Amino acid sequence: MTRIVTIETRDLEKSAKEGGCGECQTSCQSACKTSCGVANQPCEQLSK
Amino acid sequence: MIHCYQFEGLNIVLDCYSGSIHMVDDVAYDMIQWYESLSAEEVIEKAIAKHNISREDAEECIADIDDLRTAGKLYAPDKYEYLARDFRKKNFKIKALCLHVAHTCNLNCSYCFASQGKYHGERAIMSYEVGKRAIDFLIENSGFHKNLDIDFFGGEPLMNWDVCKKLVEYGREQEKLHNKNIRFTLTTNGVLLNDEVTEFANREMHNVVLSLDGRKEVNDRFRVDYAGHGSYDKIVPNFQKFVAKRGNLSYYMRGTFTHFNTDFVNDIKQMLDLGFTELSMEPVVTDPSSPSAITKEDLPVIFAQYEELARLMVQRHKEGRPFTFYHYMLDLTCGPCIYKRIAGCGAGTEYLAVTPWGDLYPCHQFVGDQAYKMGSIYEGVTNLEYQNRFACCNAYSRPECKDCWAKLYCSGGCAANSYHASGDINGIYEMGCDIFRKRIECAIAVKLLTSGLDQPGK
Repeated sequence: MTRIVTIETRDLEKSAKEGGCGECQTSCQSACKTSCGVANQPCEQLSK
Repeated sequence: MIHCYQFEGLNIVLDCYSGSIHMVDDVAYDMIQWYESLSAEEVIEKAIAKHNISREDAEECIADIDDLRTAGKLYAPDKYEYLARDFRKKNFKIKALCLHVAHTCNLNCSYCFASQGKYHGERAIMSYEVGKRAIDFLIENSGFHKNLDIDFFGGEPLMNWDVCKKLVEYGREQEKLHNKNIRFTLTTNGVLLNDEVTEFANREMHNVVLSLDGRKEVNDRFRVDYAGHGSYDKIVPNFQKFVAKRGNLSYYMRGTFTHFNTDFVNDIKQMLDLGFTELSMEPVVTDPSSPSAITKEDLPVIFAQYEELARLMVQRHKEGRPFTFYHYMLDLTCGPCIYKRIAGCGAGTEYLAVTPWGDLYPCHQFVGDQAYKMGSIYEGVTNLEYQNRFACCNAYSRPECKDCWAKLYCSGGCAANSYHASGDINGIYEMGCDIFRKRIECAIAVKLLTSGLDQPGK
């Protein structure tokens, strides 16, 4: 592809089959607390 | 659903439901957008007319777009709504507690969402017995979860530091007995941060959040003691000593920006000048009638600041002096699975806040709002109606999110912000959404601009 570069990202559809273990750190969406937002959350399984 | 935007000469295409990200040249940038509503032939003809390219060239681009569609990386359909419906029907377990060890504070910040730590109630500190029972409650209700999170929060948790330390000791005993891994975190204003706290925190705390608003005049506008004296000169040396000894362990220097310092990149620069590199800067959470509240008119300035911040990060990355901005952190390959992206923070279900008296609330932001009391660490969660409401609150529960490209990055947003803005946890906080979308655009752009990859056609 000369006009398109696709960045490597996690396959969300595949993650529906392999994910959902719930072991990741609890996220906090609230601006009053910098805990861990969802978007920047590492997956506990994949980041091992 | 796709979202296309440009930043610093980059053409970026996000594919919402596959999570794919594409960098494209000007021709593909147009063709991908036209192809949403036009036929292949119409797109080819438009591309030839606008970009002065050959038919063969245009056909090749359409073929590439078709290949990506077939591979599920472009125009991917939404296949997750059923997951949202079923997700919380599973028997969820509690995995995190926000322990309000001190409903009191040694600072008197007028913008504090927690009314100077009192949460609109009486000053109080948590006893060891209450904290111990909270840890037992967490472990008893954690089920299959191995990793558990406990945040020492306030008010100012260092005003009840001895109890925090004893609770860590108790937690360490219990995690061994029950085969759990407890990650403790601490959020502090730094006033009481000394060598002893530093040594303990560096041994036991998975993450430490340090509150500083940036420039001295900005910090001292709100972050004052009860005599009205600014805290900057007191806390900055404490933070510098702390961070010097923190090594590679996680910390965040966390600032708040308000209507009075919408030029918050200057505060981030100040943090960098002080030697801090793990940074977070958040819009104030306050009543819209407060003079410090962010207004709609502030948004263009704030957006420009986020863009400036992105450029600063790219520049410092090139200079070999990178820094982390919390909300621009994205793990594209090992990020959250679709379940996490739908379900969000888990407030009211997996995550609860515990008051000094042992009452349970969906999260720290609901503490003090009696309607949202969920139960207690002694009797467990008894407000099952509200528990169910939170269980059903996700990226698919708000009609406003239906056509939003960012919903699988934000999970529908913060329930507390939604509640405070709209009166309903399933409402939205529109300005928060605007700011969030801008941040994610910038975060992805920074990732691409520091990836070493070249945009096609450049």
